[in-house]
Amino acid sequence: MIKLYNDGKRITAALYGDIDHHAARRMREELDNVIARSAPEMLIIDLENVGFMDSSGIGLILGRLKAVQACGGDIIIKNARPSIAAVIKLSGLSGLLAEGVNA
Amino acid sequence: MKRELINEARVQFPSYSANESFARSAAATFASQCDPTVQEIGEIKTAVSEAVTNAVVHGYRDSVGVVELLLRRYSDGVIYIAVKDKGRGIEDIGQAMTPLFTTAPDEERSGLGFSVMESFMDKLRVKSSQGKGTTVIMEKKLSRREK
Repeated sequence: MIKLYNDGKRITAALYGDIDHHAARRMREELDNVIARSAPEMLIIDLENVGFMDSSGIGLILGRLKAVQACGGDIIIKNARPSIAAVIKLSGLSGLLAEGVNA
Repeated sequence: MKRELINEARVQFPSYSANESFARSAAATFASQCDPTVQEIGEIKTAVSEAVTNAVVHGYRDSVGVVELLLRRYSDGVIYIAVKDKGRGIEDIGQAMTPLFTTAPDEERSGLGFSVMESFMDKLRVKSSQGKGTTVIMEKKLSRREK
């Protein structure tokens, strides 16, 4: 599930539940709709309510990063718990992590 | 000292993507007998999820087959996990294990599955035979916490 908070050109997408191959497919569609509709300057992906994420989440984030960057925007990931941050760091996307920052 | 097998569980399920979460939860529940840390449980769940997803996405591409999860607990604090499918098999294991290599970029597979398994577990072994299937064997020694 995804909840959206729209603040002009900054959109926060709060994701809920586990992000695995099974769940990523639906999240991908929902996020792509948001990006296509709003072309956000900043898409903030809030993982506070995500208890689990494997490398399928990396595919999800990378795909959305390309889409957002194609419209001149960028992505920040916030509130990733340590096990999820570890997967993100392995992927080389740690630059997207807003650690300790309330974006 | 020879390690002894303390407990063992075998779980089989069809390669539906909905069973990815079932498999990692089953592994986490089994491993919880060893009183692991929250971090260790997270690492086991992630590694199992990667291996099972590989079976679902690649092993049984365009088909549904049986995935078997074999869980073992040894006296030296090691958790042994085997994820087995009878799917297509891997043509080139070395290439498959190269970080970022994927045969399914269109499906947004990141090519990091084996990297995650390697990083989160202590041992990783992959056996595969084309047309016969793939077995991923992982081991992790859990820290013994003071009680």
